[in-house]
Amino acid sequence: MGDASLEHSHGHHMDPAVEYSSSKLGMWLFLGTEILLFGGLFAAYAIFRAKYPEMFFEQHVELNKKMGAVNTCILIFSSLTMAMGVSAIQRGKQKATAILILITILCGLGFGVVKYFEYSAKFHHHIYPDTSIFFSLYFLMTGLHMLHVFIGLAILGVLFVLTLKGKFTAKYNTPVEVGGLYWHLVDLIWIYLFPLLYLIG
Amino acid sequence: MSTHSHTEERHITGNKTYIIVWAALMVMTVVTVYVSYINFGMLNIVIALVVASVKASIVALYFMHLKFEDSITWVFALFPLSLLALLIGMTITDTFTRTIVP
Repeated sequence: MGDASLEHSHGHHMDPAVEYSSSKLGMWLFLGTEILLFGGLFAAYAIFRAKYPEMFFEQHVELNKKMGAVNTCILIFSSLTMAMGVSAIQRGKQKATAILILITILCGLGFGVVKYFEYSAKFHHHIYPDTSIFFSLYFLMTGLHMLHVFIGLAILGVLFVLTLKGKFTAKYNTPVEVGGLYWHLVDLIWIYLFPLLYLIG
Repeated sequence: MSTHSHTEERHITGNKTYIIVWAALMVMTVVTVYVSYINFGMLNIVIALVVASVKASIVALYFMHLKFEDSITWVFALFPLSLLALLIGMTITDTFTRTIVP
C-alpha cells in the first residue's frame, strides 16, 4: 500500500478498511440530509398544529389508529429482521441473511398494502390533500415516507439477489450494512410520524 | 461510544440483544397507543414525543449500531439533529413572537 505508483496502477481499488468506513460515513451523512428533508415538514407541522390545535384534533380522529399501529409493528419488526440480517452476514451466514432480507422485504410490502387501504378509505370518504392543512400534511408526510419505503424495498431487492449470488461474505458485506442503515431510517421517521399524526393530531 | 471496535474485528450484535431491543420498542408502542386514549391535555404531546425519542434513540444505538461506532460517526449522526433543532426552534420562535403580520 505504501508504493504510490503501485496504488495508482490499481486505480479504483481502495484499502478495504477505508472503503468500509467511508461508505458508512457517507450513508450517515446522507441520512442527515434525509432527516432535514423531513425536518422541513415537521417544522410546518409544528407551526400549524400550534396555530390550529382544534382543527388538528378534530381531523386526526379520521385516521385509523389501528392501521397506524399495525404498520408501526410491521416496520419495527422489519427493522429487527434487517438488523439480524446484518449480523448474520457478518458471521458469513449467507442463507440466513437472504431469508432475513426477504422477511424484511415482505414486511415493507405489507406496510405498503396497509397504507394502500388507508389511502383508499380516505379517498372513499372524500378526504384529499386539499381537504385541510392537517390532511395536506398527512398525505405529504406519509407519502414522502412511502416513497422512502419503496426506495428501501428496491435496495433490499438488490441486496437479496446479490446475497443469493454469494457476493457478500463475513469479510465483505458493506452494502448490506449500509443498506440496512437506510432501512432503519425509514423506521425511525415512522416512529415520529405515527404519534404525531395518528395519536395526538 | 466505544473505541475498541476496529473494522478488522467489528462488533457483531447478538440476536438476543436485538430481540430485547425489539421487545422494548413494542412495549413503548403499546404504551403510546394506550396513553393516547387518555386525555392529559398538553401532557399527551410531551409523552408521545418523549417515548418516540426514546424509541428512535434505541433504534439508532442498537439496530443502527451507533453504540459501537467511533466518534466521527457520532458527529455525523448528531450534527444534523442540531440543525433540525435550529430549524424547528427558530421557525417556532419567529411564528409566535411576530407582532406585525407579513
